[in-house]
Amino acid sequence: MREIVLTGLNHKTAPVAMRERLAMSRQECMEAIDALREHPHVDEVLLFSTCNRVEVLMAAKDGEAAVAAAKGYISALKGLPVDEFESCLYVHHREEAVRHMFSVAASLDSMVVGEPQILGQVKDAYHLTASKKGTGPLLNRLMHRTFHVAKRVRSETGIGDSAVSISYAAIELARKIFGTLEGRKILLVGAGEMAELAVEHLIQHQAGDIFVANRTLDRGVELARRFNGSAIALEEIPETLTGVDIIISSTGSPTCVITRDMVKPVIKRRKGRSIFFIDIAVPRDIDPAINRLSNAYVYDIDDLKEVIDGNIETRRAEAIKAERIVAEGVVAFSGWVEGLRTVPTIKAVRAKVASIAEGEVEKTLSGLTGLSDEEKAAIRRMGQAIVTKVVHDPIRFIKDGCHNRDESRALSYARSFFNIHD
Amino acid sequence: MIDILTAAFYLASAVAYLLYLFFQKERVQEAGYFLFGAGFAVHTLGLVVTSVQAGYLPVHNLRETLGLAAWAVALVFLFLRARYRIKVMGVYAAPLALLAFTAAMRVPDLPPTQPEAVYANFWFFAHVITIFLGEAALAMACGAGILYILQENAIKEKRRGFFYRRLPSLEQLDGMGYVSIIAGFSALTLGLVTGLLYSKIIWHRFISWDPKEVWSGISWVIYAVLLHERLVGGMRGRKAAWLAIAGFAVLLFTLFGVNFFMEGHHGEFTRFR
Repeated sequence: MREIVLTGLNHKTAPVAMRERLAMSRQECMEAIDALREHPHVDEVLLFSTCNRVEVLMAAKDGEAAVAAAKGYISALKGLPVDEFESCLYVHHREEAVRHMFSVAASLDSMVVGEPQILGQVKDAYHLTASKKGTGPLLNRLMHRTFHVAKRVRSETGIGDSAVSISYAAIELARKIFGTLEGRKILLVGAGEMAELAVEHLIQHQAGDIFVANRTLDRGVELARRFNGSAIALEEIPETLTGVDIIISSTGSPTCVITRDMVKPVIKRRKGRSIFFIDIAVPRDIDPAINRLSNAYVYDIDDLKEVIDGNIETRRAEAIKAERIVAEGVVAFSGWVEGLRTVPTIKAVRAKVASIAEGEVEKTLSGLTGLSDEEKAAIRRMGQAIVTKVVHDPIRFIKDGCHNRDESRALSYARSFFNIHD
Repeated sequence: MIDILTAAFYLASAVAYLLYLFFQKERVQEAGYFLFGAGFAVHTLGLVVTSVQAGYLPVHNLRETLGLAAWAVALVFLFLRARYRIKVMGVYAAPLALLAFTAAMRVPDLPPTQPEAVYANFWFFAHVITIFLGEAALAMACGAGILYILQENAIKEKRRGFFYRRLPSLEQLDGMGYVSIIAGFSALTLGLVTGLLYSKIIWHRFISWDPKEVWSGISWVIYAVLLHERLVGGMRGRKAAWLAIAGFAVLLFTLFGVNFFMEGHHGEFTRFR
């Protein structure tokens, strides 16, 4: 009997330096799938690697051996001895592996719980593996259930509804103001990790032109190049404000960089189009009085933190609901796996054919008159004999499958042939 | 019978939309939309039946006028819903249609007092239909304005509560209000023009300075100013939302208030005793 086994590391178990070393490119993933599929201890394999995790999901007769094979392969590929990264790895068997897979795809295991990208990444990984025929009946079924569970979590809980990082919160607010962010022009004032992350998120949302204003023009030019935008001088900010929609500011300046007097004439020139200021700097860069101008909105870091705090609360409540959905999914999947076992399948096949034969024999007998009891018994015996002969080969097929590596395939074929449901 | 069925559909739809507002279940919203469509279909059937029986559009008392107003609201909402997919507007439109329709049911069905020639005229039909569709579109603009102000306050005051989560973006609300006003204003203009022509045919003069005519002119000017300011001065957002609400208040007064509080030949169409 094959078991499902999973090993990997994520942001909770491994520092970023380790994750970087072990992360795999698409090409490496494809090669790894080929290599592991050829391995005698691994029957099915699925592999995925994102910036926060590397996971190897396998189906194998001997789970431990499969995990050792995966570790060995990664070690050889990355040129890193196993004992150097082994402490970062987790290993899950059977139900725990299933639960882990469901949680990952439902974004319950993400760094930002509920973030939506992970499901897409898992799907990509599955399509990649499926195209290389790395997965078989067990993992195919598992992955379909995984997508189903993740979809349920997304639609039945509010886990993905709210933002829980500064840059997500800023995006969420911007979307409440502008609707779509497509083509919205961005002005980044100063630099800083959080501000740059926010700009990156805006770019993901198809934001339009990007301007970068920085005290030192060199750094500005460098950033602008990174975002494919253009650098401007600080003195050019007032005129630039007329054209941009979202301003993200994080300079080290002790005084306001953008003042109310600077923005007031801009509002008029903008003809009522909304303008959104995101102030990530401490001390603040953007005069809070600007928020009182019409169609101008200013959020500083504390405001954004408040958004996040509120959202984290709601997410926690939603995560409990989500875990219940995952648990239901695990139970359903385990039931299916249980059904794949040989003996119940053989019994089910025999019972199915026997019930058909008996039903037909009795129907025929009830229509015939003048038969003696012995004659009736002989006909019934004939029915039973037919059943035994008919199921003989299918049962052999199932049993042979169990001796080969393709046990679950044989079982799932047999169940499909005889239309036996879990 | 048709009336009761219509009211029942509108009621069910309004309930569904309110449930949607609180619980945000997509299926409930779809049910509300579907029920509203069913209500509109039955309502239309009822109007056609009555019109065929009478030989003209039934608008000779308050009952029928309100009923037609509800129908126009329903039609405009269904159009906007299909075009802009702002689901939450149903929370405004379904109860509005229900309110107008049930109010209509409460008013006695009085017989017409004017000769049939007053009603059975193409220009009369064109006048009433365009005016009512225009008013319904402007009612939607008012609704969009109310939602805009709710959402704008939430964002500006940084109170992200009940409405913040449920309402669409400012941009969408503003856009929908704008489209509603363009449509409403165009229909209103057409309605006024057909009204003038109709007046010329029946009473042999374009304008009789009836209070309704005067107030219609005032409402038309308000919306004309609003559109002009938007196109030339770029007046959007909060101010535009308030003006849409104010414009609709004047329009409501024109539609009903004038008939109740002032004398004039339009009073014939909103009699209730």
